Order: sequence, then structure tokens, then C-alpha cells
Amino acid sequence: MVAEKNLAVSLCGLTMKNPVVPASGTFGFGIELADAMDLNTLGGISLKGTTREPRYGNPTPRIAECTAGMINSVGLQNPGIEALVADKAPALRSIYGGVIIANISGYSVEEYAFNCARADGCPAIDLLEVNVSCPNVHGGGMAFGTDPKSAAAVTAAVKAVTRKPVFIKLSPNVTDIVTIARACEDAGADGITLVNTFLGMRIDIRKRKPVIANTMGGFSGPAIFPVALRMVYQVAQACSIPVMGCGGVRRAEDVVEMMMAGATAVQVGAENLRNPMACPEIIAALPALMDSLGIDSLQEIIGII
Amino acid sequence: MLMQKRIFRIESNEGVARDTFRLVLRTDGAVAVRSGQFVDIALPGFFLRRPISVSDCLSDGLVLYYKVVGEGTRAMSEMTPGTVLELLEPLGSGFHPEKCREAALLIGGGLGAAPLYLLAKELLAQGKKATAVLGFNKADEICLAEELRALGIPVHIATMDGSVGTKGFVTDAIAAVRPAFDRFYTCGPLPMMKAVCAALDAPGEVSLEERMGCGAGFCYGCSILTKNGPRRVCADGPVFDKEEVLW
Ligand SMILES: Cc1cc2nc3c(=O)[nH]c(=O)nc-3n(C[C@H](O)[C@H](O)[C@H](O)COP(=O)(O)OP(=O)(O)OC[C@H]3O[C@@H](n4cnc5c(N)ncnc54)[C@H](O)[C@@H]3O)c2cc1C
Ligand SMILES: Cc1cc2nc3c(=O)[nH]c(=O)nc-3n(C[C@H](O)[C@H](O)[C@H](O)COP(=O)(O)O)c2cc1C
Ligand code: FES
Repeated sequence: MVAEKNLAVSLCGLTMKNPVVPASGTFGFGIELADAMDLNTLGGISLKGTTREPRYGNPTPRIAECTAGMINSVGLQNPGIEALVADKAPALRSIYGGVIIANISGYSVEEYAFNCARADGCPAIDLLEVNVSCPNVHGGGMAFGTDPKSAAAVTAAVKAVTRKPVFIKLSPNVTDIVTIARACEDAGADGITLVNTFLGMRIDIRKRKPVIANTMGGFSGPAIFPVALRMVYQVAQACSIPVMGCGGVRRAEDVVEMMMAGATAVQVGAENLRNPMACPEIIAALPALMDSLGIDSLQEIIGII
Repeated sequence: MLMQKRIFRIESNEGVARDTFRLVLRTDGAVAVRSGQFVDIALPGFFLRRPISVSDCLSDGLVLYYKVVGEGTRAMSEMTPGTVLELLEPLGSGFHPEKCREAALLIGGGLGAAPLYLLAKELLAQGKKATAVLGFNKADEICLAEELRALGIPVHIATMDGSVGTKGFVTDAIAAVRPAFDRFYTCGPLPMMKAVCAALDAPGEVSLEERMGCGAGFCYGCSILTKNGPRRVCADGPVFDKEEVLW
């Protein structure tokens, strides 16, 4: 028997029963998985990225397998912000008591602000995660996350329209992650989510064409874990706002490692696609792992490195 | 049945036609899968699972047919009896045999014949008649014809090189045989299914393929645009009404 372990963490005044959160885009709107598992074991759920208008997304193939990971080019398929606030988030709230995170995208500073204002008015949503880092949409998305000035402009604009905690989700496709994270902190961000996917590509050498219809897509999975961990560490060192760590997490050990690097909560992305039960399995494995590592409370290990 | 992660053991894994294998899997406890549904197989060393249609559902097992087309299916072909595999099952919507009134036409292209076997069993159990028309490139690719005949249904073959049955496409064989049917069901290469839907007036169902991420409806990796808007092949399909598909 493992002695009682404290998995709870506190994030911007919200108490999470554990730090494990399925990452945006890898868990739908949560409701899709309600029959397959007990959602209430999850500390939080980050919902599919949402834009002002409904989007169909990119042509298929949208998925390419890689060694220790995958490329996706879903391109923010989503039913639009009104469906999120009127339908998806309330539906999840009615069956789920943990932290509900709305993942917000946009093509302009105005669109980000509009979407966040709508999400602010939705009681089902606890926290806003503003995605300035999607590599899969042209003319927006990642452009905001690769330049400190525009990342700060988005942050300031959304902070002006909401009282909910705002996390800015950054792209790893940059030379200096710290400068961008600091710019967001200075503009009022309550936290930073790190990282989104890396721009990647595969070629079908028999067909002599890219596997992904859109040629390039976002690479993620276990292969990116050390790079994501490094960025979490750098940003946690440089900033005083909390970090949600994301990238290549597939087991309880990775959660502990991300937290030691400075993450307050830890998101699991691509692993959900190969194993829909990944998050509950990771949470179930945490107490025994903590016991073997001499950890009583996860809150204690955040940023101990 | 709800989707679940389940351990199966390989009972047999044998070549039955060119590059084509028949995989029999057993598990502890009852298995309930309907025709047109699929399983997603975790392969050691590969990041994503491999979606494969269910060809037959045994009380405690599954029969699958697969073709070696890449590294994952090659690795599967080298697996020996006793090997343990982890599957997600059952996935997808499946065919609707109950919508057939009296007689069904089952049209398979290549390994598209696989899910038609379980469908034929379901139709017969509902007291309906079925005829199968199967198309292959060459004689050495033919599979499932004998199994379908063993169920007592007529099976007509079309081969591109004319080595067996009608020379040409399944549509040529259908034109030659002129079977009676009120509903058709088809699985195979997209151009074949498109030609079949264009040639046949009756209501029909088609089984589509798409590259998949989760296989279970929550990643939007497999979306297609249909007459009814975006649909996920894995969860809203893989079987769709022919009217729904934008060819
Ligand atoms: C609903 C559904 C049912 C299927 N049923 C069968 C079946 O009964 N028998 C059978 O032989 N094949 C079936 N397929 C196709 C089968 O999934 C692919 O042939 C297989 O995944 C190829 O894997 P690979 O590693 O050998 O090929 P690789 O090309 O090395 O695979 C690389 C990646 O692409 C994916 N991929 C490659 N081809 C396909 C394809 N045609 N469809 C979807 N994903 C693909 C793989 O899953 C993998 O993620 C089905 C596909 C779907 C979507
Ligand atoms: C299929 C898929 C869809 C995704 N969609 C989104 C999205 O809508 N918004 C977003 O911020 N990130 C999205 N991401 C990125 C993930 O949330 C996560 O940041 C990234 O995949 C890295 O984590 P991982 O290595 O655990 O996958 C998506 C990732 C995948 C694999
Ligand atoms: S493969 Fe994930 S939604 Fe279909």
C-alpha cells in the first residue's frame, strides 16, 4: 500500500486535484471521451483550439507517423467560439468538475480579444489558454507567437477583456523562447503554456510527395520531450508566472520531470492519440512513483532544479 | 459496445493470397463487433496504431485480413502465434444490414472484401439474401471468395487481367450478372466505389479510409467534407451513405 500522496497543485488560485491535463487538440471537447473513462480523474482538460468562425481545417492526409512521434496538420478544425461557449464547454461542465481550459486561436489581435471576451462570459470555462503558436494556419497563428511584440499585443488585448486567468501558449519554433515569455509576462499574462508543436515534414519516397497534404505540419510526441523540458526550465527560471509544461509527456516519470523543471501543471498531447487512456493511467501511476522517489506532495517539487 | 483497450493473443497469422494475411485473434471474454467496424492495433515500435476492419467476429475473438503495404503491416506479417497485441475495439459506425429489405449486393475491391464477410453473416441471420461481386487485379490476389461461398451466397469475381471471372471492373461483372438487390454495400479503392455508386440506382453504403490519429473521434485527424458537413471517418464512419459522400 502506498501511503496517501498529495497530487493537488494550485494554479492561479485554481485548485487542481492533480497536475495532469490532456493538451488542446488531443482530447476533443472532452465529451467525446466521457464514455471511455472517468473524466473526473483528470486535473484539467484543455479543449480543442477555437476560432471566431467555424473552421473545417486542412485537407487530408493530416496525420503522418514519425519515429517516436507524429505530425499533425489538422488546421484548427473547430465549430467556432459561439458553439464553444453555448454548447461544448457547458456540456463538459455538466459532467466534469475539474479545471476546464478554453484554447483560443485567432487571425488578428481583434479576433483573439473577441473570442476571449466571449469565453469570459462562459461560466463553464475556468481558464483561457491563448494559442499564439499553431503552425497549421496561414496568415496568423504562429506569427503572433514568434515575435515578442505581437505576442505581447495579443496578451494585453485579451487581458483587457477577461478576468479569468490567461495562459499564453507559445511556439517552440523560435530562437529565444525566454524573450517571448517575458514579453507576455510583462503584458500581463497569468501563465505560460510550453510548448506547441515543432514545424515538421515527411516525404513518401515511393510516391515522391509529402505525406501531409499541406506539405508541413506540427511534430510532437516523445521525441520532443527533452527540448520541451529545456524550454520549460528556461522560462520557469526567467519568469515568475506559472508554466504548464507540454511536449512528449507519456508517463508519470515525465510529469515529475516536467514539474522539477518548473511546470505547475503538465499537459499530455500526442500520447492520447496512441492511447486514449494515457492520462488516467499516468495519474494512477503517480502515487507509487512519488513513493519510490520520496515525494509526499507534488506541489513541493515544482521548479526544484 | 463502448470502445475499450483490450489484449488479444495471435492464434494464427497466415498468408492467404499475395501479400495478404489472415489474422485470428483471441481474448478473454466476449467480443461484440458489428460489420464495418474496425479495430486499431498497437504495434511495438510504431507510434500510431494501425486501423484494420473486422472480417469476422468470433465469440471470444476476431478475424482480420491485412495486406502488407508498409513497415507496420510487414512487422505484423512476421508475428507468430502466441504474440500478444493490444487493440482498441470496437471502433466506427458499421454497416446497416437492417436497412436492406430483401436482397443485398456486396461489392468488394481487393481486401475491401474483408468486412463484407461479417456483413453477409448478419444479412443471412436476418433472413435476407446476398450476392457478392469481388474485384481483384490478378488471380493470386483473390481471397475470401471461398469463405463467402461457404456461407451459401453466390460470389462473382472480376479480375483486371481476366484470369478469373469477368475481365475488367466489378461494375462489368455486375452488368454481366445482373443480380437482384434493393440495397448495396461496398468497400474497396475509392475510384471503384465511386464507379459503383454512379452505376447503381439503389441505395448504398460505402466504407471509406483515411489516415488516422486517434481512431476514436477526438483528434479530427481523419475529417472529410460530406454533404452534411465535416465528418470524422473513424467515428461518424467509416461507413457512409452513398448520398453523403462528395466524390
Ligand atoms: C477504417 C479502416 C479500415 C481498414 N481496414 C483494413 C483491412 O481490413 N485490411 C488492410 O489490409 N488494411 C486496412 N486498412 C488500411 C490499413 O490501415 C493500412 O494499410 C495500414 O495502416 C498500413 O500500415 P503500414 O505501417 O504497413 O504502412 P505505412 O505506409 O508504413 O504506414 C505509415 C502510416 O500511414 C498509415 N496508413 C498507411 N496507409 C493507410 C491507409 N490506407 N489507411 C489508413 N492509414 C494508412 C499507417 O496507419 C501509419 O500510421 C484500413 C484503414 C482504415 C482507415
Ligand atoms: C492532433 C493534434 C491537434 C492539436 N491541436 C491543437 C490546438 O487546437 N491548439 C493548440 O494550442 N495546440 C494543439 N496541438 C498541440 C498540442 O496541444 C501540444 O501542444 C503538442 O502536441 C505538444 O505536446 P505532445 O508532444 O504531448 O503532443 C495539437 C496537437 C495534436 C497532436
Ligand atoms: S482519427 Fe482522430 S478523429 Fe478520427
